[in-house]
Amino acid sequence: MKQKRKNQSKAGTLPIYLILIFTSLFSLFPFYWMFVMATQPSAAYNSIPPTLLPGGKLVENFQKVLDTIPFFQAMWNTVLLCTVVTAAVLLISSLAGFAFAKFQFPGKNFLFILILLTMVIPPQLGLIPQYYLVSQLGWLDTLMGAGILFLLNPLGIFLMRQYISESVPDELMEAAKLDGCSNFRIYWSIVLPIIKPAFATLGIIVFTLVWGEFLWQFTVLRDPSSYTLQVALASLNNAFRVDFGMLLSGVFWATVPLIIIFLIFNKWFISSITEGSVK
Amino acid sequence: MEDVQKQSKARKTIKASKLSEKKKDMISGYLYVAPFFIVFGIIGLYPALFSIVLAFNEWNGLGDMQFVGLSNFTVVLQDPLFWKSLYNTVIIGLMGTAPQLIVGIVLAYFLNLAVIRFTNFFRVTIFMPYITSMVAVALVFGVFFSSNETALANYVIGLFGVDPVSWKTSEWGAKIAIALMVFWRWVGYNTIIYLAGLQSISKDLYEAATIDGANKLEQFIYITIPLLKPFIILTVFMSTVGALQLFAEPTVFLGSSAFSRDEAMTVVMYLYRDAFNLGSFGTASATAVLLLIIIIGAAAINTWLTSGIGSKKKRGV
Repeated sequence: MKQKRKNQSKAGTLPIYLILIFTSLFSLFPFYWMFVMATQPSAAYNSIPPTLLPGGKLVENFQKVLDTIPFFQAMWNTVLLCTVVTAAVLLISSLAGFAFAKFQFPGKNFLFILILLTMVIPPQLGLIPQYYLVSQLGWLDTLMGAGILFLLNPLGIFLMRQYISESVPDELMEAAKLDGCSNFRIYWSIVLPIIKPAFATLGIIVFTLVWGEFLWQFTVLRDPSSYTLQVALASLNNAFRVDFGMLLSGVFWATVPLIIIFLIFNKWFISSITEGSVK
Repeated sequence: MEDVQKQSKARKTIKASKLSEKKKDMISGYLYVAPFFIVFGIIGLYPALFSIVLAFNEWNGLGDMQFVGLSNFTVVLQDPLFWKSLYNTVIIGLMGTAPQLIVGIVLAYFLNLAVIRFTNFFRVTIFMPYITSMVAVALVFGVFFSSNETALANYVIGLFGVDPVSWKTSEWGAKIAIALMVFWRWVGYNTIIYLAGLQSISKDLYEAATIDGANKLEQFIYITIPLLKPFIILTVFMSTVGALQLFAEPTVFLGSSAFSRDEAMTVVMYLYRDAFNLGSFGTASATAVLLLIIIIGAAAINTWLTSGIGSKKKRGV
């Protein structure tokens, strides 16, 4: 009887596996196809039946990308932008999160509700004044201009406040105070080491957000030397006659580093989604 | 006598230091939230208010502003292209997000079944599209759905006997292609959120339901869906807001013709074109204010509708 039930449930799982495998292939195919196209001459695109196996033009196509856009400059700009913004957001959010979690001060609740409201305002609402502001500061075509917008991250304060109030015991703070620690010293030597996991979560969220954002970077970065990867890649598609092999070679080489980082830290990535949105 | 005095003096200093401790904490509190609120004031609040002011003025970024009352709104609301872009945004949003949420729930349900193995592998592969950037997705899909007759997408639909489509220049071709890339990139993201929701539901409930004779489908409808409600509300809210802000995918997908054709122009593209291609900051700001109202309205309605899911089910039981 038990055996029979087991067999039944196993047979019942076959369609489920088929659906899951199909979904996985659906998710992976564009990655594979991008690689195939990045190794093929543009003409391969027009062949019937379609080309589904890699060819020998991997290096040649990438050379064309390098001739068309400042790829490595854009990669460097992106990494620099993401790193600086992430570090700044972590600092701003953890300081404010610490204050909201552990200190009493008049107007605290009002300020926290204000942050809640900030999250509802769509980023496009302020686009024109933000552009005007950045242009007045002379920050168009600079990473400063591209980065300043991302410093505003209300979600970070939520995450940090939550994590600090859960994981930093009040007793520990009292004890540190009795020992004569200043509040900043408590933040630096006690809170920061405890909230490292929250830093990883928020860090991944901010880094990927800045890496992939397009509208703002596209608006303020017009000079090719200031391009980030997204803007540089998008510019590949603007020619009248687009060389598909070159285009997808650019996308491929811009995506490979991300895929490698993701495959190594996939657990962190996936938990950053649930922690960032569910809490 | 002296002792008592000393004691009360000591107490006083303790009290004083406690008071100053409180004050210190207060100062620290303000000091630590200050960086955020300075940033918020400069790049959040000020631009938002400035936008609202701009919506009632005529301005091209140079020279003086001129107050024009509601005329920017009239101009936008009488522009057929605005309505077309709103229509496009809603259609692409519906096609891109509604299936995504349904498929996400089903996939999460499968991945949460105890009998299914290799779940980590499936989770990682299904989630992988999310890590690519919107630009990368739009470019890859742009080649897949190129306007050539030999586009891979045309080959695939040809296998089913469908005639080739000019994906970037036809009314439905462009919308379907963009909706599909939105679906592809986000379905895994939603699956992960639903999976977290499913894992928070106690197994006991299902066991009790099995004992009461409920089959798997009934369990899914009467246990899973109602208990998943907070997660469904969250994803519906985020999808609604995200879909109405669609910009990168159509802009990059259409490339050089993005702002000159109307098959896939979205509201944010319309706003962008007004501001940066036509130099009309006033009408663009009016569009931004309208978009804010639309987003708040749509998010409120959708959240309200999804909140109804569970309560209807309860009446059914």
